[in-house]
Amino acid sequence: MADLKKHDTPMVDELKKGPWSSFADDLQTRGDSGSQACLDLLGQLELSYKDKETHWKHGGIVGVFGYGGGVIGRYSDQPDKFPAIAAFHTLRINQPASKFYSTKFLRKLCDMWDHRGSGVFNFHGSTGDTVMIGTTTEQLEPIFFDLTHQFDMDLGGSGSNLRTPSCCIGRARCEFSCLDTQAICYDLTMTYQDELHRPAFPYKYKFKISGCPNDCVAAIARSCCAIIGTWRDEIRIDQKAVQAYVNGELKPNAGAFSDRDWGPFDIQKEVIDLCPSKCMYWDGKELKIDNRECTRCMHCINVMPEALRPGLDVGATILSGAKAPILEGAQMSTLIIPFMRMEYPYDEIKELTDLIWDWWMEEGRNRERLGELIQRKGLPTYLRIIKRKPIPQMVKEPRSNPYVFWKEEEVPGGWTRSLEEFRKKHLA
Amino acid sequence: MSLLDISMYKDDPGFDVSELMEKPYDPEFADKNYNPDKPMENRITDIGPPHYAQFFPEVIKKNYGEWKSHEFIQPGVIKYTSESGDVCYVVRCGLPRILTTNLMREICDIADKYSGGIARWTTRNNVEFHVTDEGTLRELIDFLKNFKHPGGSYKLPIGGTGACISNIVHTQGWIHCHTPATDASGLVKSTADEIFEYFGSHKLPAKLRISMACCLNMCGAVHCSDIAMLGVHRKPPFVEDERIGKVCEIPLVVAACPLGAIKPATVEINGQKYKTVRMNWDRCMFCGNCYTMCQAVPLADAEGDGVAILVGGKISNRITTPKFSKLIVPYIPNEPPRWPSVTKVVKRIVEAYAKDAHKYERLGDWAARIGWERFYEKCDIPFSEKSIDDYRLAYDTYHTTTQFKWSTHTDNL
Ligand code: HEM
Ligand code: SF4
Ligand code: SF4
Ligand code: SF4
Ligand code: SF4
Repeated sequence: MADLKKHDTPMVDELKKGPWSSFADDLQTRGDSGSQACLDLLGQLELSYKDKETHWKHGGIVGVFGYGGGVIGRYSDQPDKFPAIAAFHTLRINQPASKFYSTKFLRKLCDMWDHRGSGVFNFHGSTGDTVMIGTTTEQLEPIFFDLTHQFDMDLGGSGSNLRTPSCCIGRARCEFSCLDTQAICYDLTMTYQDELHRPAFPYKYKFKISGCPNDCVAAIARSCCAIIGTWRDEIRIDQKAVQAYVNGELKPNAGAFSDRDWGPFDIQKEVIDLCPSKCMYWDGKELKIDNRECTRCMHCINVMPEALRPGLDVGATILSGAKAPILEGAQMSTLIIPFMRMEYPYDEIKELTDLIWDWWMEEGRNRERLGELIQRKGLPTYLRIIKRKPIPQMVKEPRSNPYVFWKEEEVPGGWTRSLEEFRKKHLA
Repeated sequence: MSLLDISMYKDDPGFDVSELMEKPYDPEFADKNYNPDKPMENRITDIGPPHYAQFFPEVIKKNYGEWKSHEFIQPGVIKYTSESGDVCYVVRCGLPRILTTNLMREICDIADKYSGGIARWTTRNNVEFHVTDEGTLRELIDFLKNFKHPGGSYKLPIGGTGACISNIVHTQGWIHCHTPATDASGLVKSTADEIFEYFGSHKLPAKLRISMACCLNMCGAVHCSDIAMLGVHRKPPFVEDERIGKVCEIPLVVAACPLGAIKPATVEINGQKYKTVRMNWDRCMFCGNCYTMCQAVPLADAEGDGVAILVGGKISNRITTPKFSKLIVPYIPNEPPRWPSVTKVVKRIVEAYAKDAHKYERLGDWAARIGWERFYEKCDIPFSEKSIDDYRLAYDTYHTTTQFKWSTHTDNL
């Protein structure tokens, strides 16, 4: 260990203080136990703290043979000072759906990553991948070989392709889930391996799957195709448990407010009055819900989970086109299909996906996200492409301007007419 | 009865990796078997991820889809009860997203000792341990309370459930990206320290989600967070005239600008002509998209760069519909390593919200109810012209009513 070169990092060292788990201490400990890369990483971070500017160079195209994504090139702009991180590429590895791991798996991954890379991970990238940061170009093929042969793991997406799908924990632990979120995530991932690994799209495309409208993976904000569980029938009510909440025997919201005295639970104030569609009634004995008026916002169920449960006639609401601000401004996904059944082999969502991709690959400009294309062409055009009837659920409110793009065939007699006839009636 | 049906996937390559995992990692395997001259030889591709269900704890396999209810028995600890009567406790712990094999192996030690050799990560970068009996649960919690880094921080602080501030999701920053306008890990660590009491407690009016992205690309998609910290540039890019023509496609650079601020140009330097670009600085909104497309137009700058604060977004559909976060502080300078000005503003917002909001009310719903004029007043944040939208669809945010509230902003009119 004598040949380790430590850098003086007084500013980064400040980040070892305080109660929150310190990344700086973790990197330091790993560095001190033999990783020059971790020490150099801390050294370069210190330099960035001094300069208030990054010291990573712009990209650099690297990858593995036959794939167009999954690896992102990264080079230090101070390689002489920090040689162990001169090249420090990222690999995105497709995580197991909802991110359970056995320790056997993780330990083996650590052994591989210490051998072939820096020993530094991101658990996880914001898209969901198991991310390994810090290796050289020469190591990329051996790592890919190791991953596929020794782990049955594969790379995730980057660039203009399908990005690694991700999902919430769903039925594995959550009683609210209306979907087999992991199964849908896994099935789509396996179906679209080619699209995931070989960029053929105008830009990135993301699937995210949440089991209910609480939307724990933020599908509505982050995915081109948000698949969010919902139900068509009635919220299941256990009237006895409702009473137990009212009598204070059960903790509202499963105990989520336990550290503050909010006073005794008041079902009228905390549930009935907060229901956004005002479709709940409480007469002191029985809770009634007008399910036809319910928008399935989840509030009442979140507050009284022992008493209320989503219905049993379950499926997904599909929304299209979310993205972060670059370029046209941030967008959330737009509701396009109120209800789709989600059963193996998920043909309906795949047919929809084919329609969307064909159109987007034909019409989309370079680096145009699906959400931007929908904006540019208009929702009515999109609905024609995906063969869906317009329904009021798709808009917050009807338009307030009168600039309708009528089509010629919609107007009796068409648009070609005789000016001569017109002028016979109306002198110029 | 468990609803886990995975029989249709049993022929997939990653369906059962247990045999592979019995074998130790072979560091020489690839060197012996991979031939760079024949990359297709022995190559395996397109196998996808390992199948998820093999990593489920037994109690989850057995009760999949049969969970009946959950309860936060204390902050960070969830008890799940199944229709079958089975119980599963989950201990949730914060982690920095970036972690080394050192800490990872320690997590494995803990999981082997307490949670049947399985660990699970959440969307917000927390790690979770599953146990089925209360004795083990208490031992695990006691262990974690004393599990600290040399500098004294908790390696795995317990929390992140209920009406709390869960882990701050973030991007890469100066640790690993070329476009950041600020650091991610340092700023997040500093903020997490400042609001630490809210991570491991249930005392807020509702969930409060803080997110951080180090440039407008927003790899963390922070645009729907209760509080977002966002790295922003404020100086237009340099143009490296002698280099740009060699390393970038000029038309792509021109097309990269959403505001049409970039035009092709030719310049003469020492008698030599170079094809390059020129920017209309008055039009630039410092989005950095041109730099994403071309390395010869960098825009990082110690004095130009810093952090903006946005608030009031949400994702869940609970009570109100999802909302975008709104820009309330356009710029705070970078102050590494601790960013005191940023953390002060964040803390002030959290405390004003904690004090004033109704139960179940998210930060953005609180601000909408009291009115934004009152929000600025209560948080003691000056209103800036920069918070008035002048980009596309700006008009949607203008007030077109005579309904408003009197506030400090109108007191001296
Ligand atoms: C320029 C270098 C960039 C780097 C190094 C970078 C890195 C990353 C990484 C590591 C992730 C997480 C991936 C995962 O979980 O697998 C990510 C996600 C993401 N990136 Fe980037 N990125 C870059 C550029 C961009 C650009 C140009 C944009 C948009 C114009 C962008 C938008 C996003 C978004 C929105 C996500 C995550 C969305 C989600 O939460 O699922 N990134 N990026
Ligand atoms: S999105 Fe719904 S189903 Fe999924 S984990 Fe969250 S609350 Fe449960
Ligand atoms: S789910 Fe929401 S809309 Fe439906 S009854 Fe409950 S509170 Fe009302
Ligand atoms: S948000 Fe911007 S600076 Fe941060 S990691 Fe993503 S691309 Fe890089
Ligand atoms: S930073 Fe954005 S607005 Fe400014 S020139 Fe570049 S692309 Fe155009």
